[in-house]
Amino acid sequence: MNSIEIDAKELHYTPLNQQIRKAVREGAGKITVRNLMGQRFIADGLKGDVALDLHGVAGGDLGMFMSGPHITLYGNADHAPGNTMDAGSIVIHGSAGDAVAHSMRGGKIFVRDTIGYRGGIHMKQYLDKCPVLVLGDSARSFLGEYMAGGLILVLRQSPDSMDDERGIGSGIHGGEIFIRGKIGDDCLGVGTKKDFCTNEGITRIIPLIHEFAAKFGIDPDPLLKSEYTRISPASARPFANKYTWE
Amino acid sequence: MCGIIGVIDRKRELMDGSSIKRALSKMDERGSGEGAGYVAYGVFPEFKNYYAIHVFFDNIHESKAAVDHLLSEWGIVVHDEEIPTSDHAKIRKIHTPWRYFFKPDATLMPRSTAPEEDIVAHIVMKVNTTMAGVLVFSSGKNIGVFKASGWPEDVAEFYKIHEYKGYIWLGHNRYPTNTPGWWGGAHPFNLLNWSVVHNGEITSYGTNRRYIESYGYHCTMFTDTEVVAYLVDLLVRKHGLSAEMAVKALAPPFWDEIDRMPEKARLLHTAIRLAYGPALMNGPFAIVVANEDSIVGFTDRIKLRPLVSGEYGNRLYISSEEAAIRTMEPDVENIMMPRAGSPIIGRLVV
Repeated sequence: MNSIEIDAKELHYTPLNQQIRKAVREGAGKITVRNLMGQRFIADGLKGDVALDLHGVAGGDLGMFMSGPHITLYGNADHAPGNTMDAGSIVIHGSAGDAVAHSMRGGKIFVRDTIGYRGGIHMKQYLDKCPVLVLGDSARSFLGEYMAGGLILVLRQSPDSMDDERGIGSGIHGGEIFIRGKIGDDCLGVGTKKDFCTNEGITRIIPLIHEFAAKFGIDPDPLLKSEYTRISPASARPFANKYTWE
Repeated sequence: MCGIIGVIDRKRELMDGSSIKRALSKMDERGSGEGAGYVAYGVFPEFKNYYAIHVFFDNIHESKAAVDHLLSEWGIVVHDEEIPTSDHAKIRKIHTPWRYFFKPDATLMPRSTAPEEDIVAHIVMKVNTTMAGVLVFSSGKNIGVFKASGWPEDVAEFYKIHEYKGYIWLGHNRYPTNTPGWWGGAHPFNLLNWSVVHNGEITSYGTNRRYIESYGYHCTMFTDTEVVAYLVDLLVRKHGLSAEMAVKALAPPFWDEIDRMPEKARLLHTAIRLAYGPALMNGPFAIVVANEDSIVGFTDRIKLRPLVSGEYGNRLYISSEEAAIRTMEPDVENIMMPRAGSPIIGRLVV
């Protein structure tokens, strides 16, 4: 496999992305980028079957509109990694900022630790495109806000995390959110429905738990033996009476 | 969208301005080149007992005599000078920045019991509301604001901030959205020892402005952040609220959260909301406020703007982006995102 290394020290994102695109055009199978320091828009709109290993702090909108590549980030990401991502994957060995997976429409994102506010805002799905966001620990308030499709799984390895969050699934009208353990009614947003996860739901998250555990080298058993809460839309049009007259 | 960064050394160890310049430049994408600025605490040790009154003159020959006269009516100026700047290709020097080191003189005000700070604040408001072509943009002791229209690195070079050493620094890179960019509209905003940098919009500006003007403050800089400096001065300096309580007044918990609190906390937060309703700030914001012994960072209560903090040794860093903090201190630890509406505070320990 043709692999290439890029040193991103003191490099602006434009020449950095140009180097990445050139490597992909020339058939690189693996691109390693070192010394990242907050460069935005990395791999945005990038297509192809290529693995990107990123070392450092990724700036905003990592992998925006990306379709196909597999990113592994060793460090934290700023806001909105996976913004409107179409296919491929982003695996973050660290935490990420607000609006992770913003409007994501396909592919998978795995975050080892925590994310900020509004994770999964307006994720969507269509036919075989079903985006997935898996979090090892927790998310802050408004997780899955205005969610229209896709799947969010929160493994909540610190058990009490998220007890004080609010607005989970606020305005959700498609897709589903699985959270390990119990979630209080006060944490839920408008238009949500809360159930214990059924066996049928478990079948959808078991492969994701295995995938998460394999990526981060942890034991999946405690996660597999746990109970999960499923949050889904109470209605496909939660604001029908607010904005329209029928 | 704007970029903010702040640092405090809790043991008052001094830092020159070169590293905050590099950090703020990391966030150039957050600005538009129409305004940037810095504030440093501890930069005038030889005049530390004097208020450092910083002034932009449109035309110094027309206006300076009037400012000199006003200051002489209220106190003494031990030294004044043009703020040193460099010839910079990218900064158009449309104002002349000047600084006075000033102290109110009690013998000029027989029978007055007004604290010195009130006199200085009065002078600031008087200049800014009655003198055309003059703007006081910094008025604290041992504090210097350095701001202009331009990119962060250009403004830093223009004022040669690497030649100043402070134990607190704030920096701001502006992307003006609702009002034009101009020197006075660049951040930080300062009154007395308070300095504020802000990313976002105060959509409750009208309400906040009416409230603060009823206490004798005057908004003159055509932008929302100004009210934050005055609100903090009112709540903390004049009303004696702690930094934590002031943040709870400006970005309070929601009523449903207050309803679920234990009784003592519920009564306290209810009282704060009722007493300071018109000080509540709505809209998206991330703010860092500094005074001579602390910095406080907080966001709006639904977290519509980013804020990250980190620590290294005696230093606490607060910024819009982790990368900016890492640019100042590569070995930074305890990177975290403060909860919406909850302050992150760094205080001097000496």
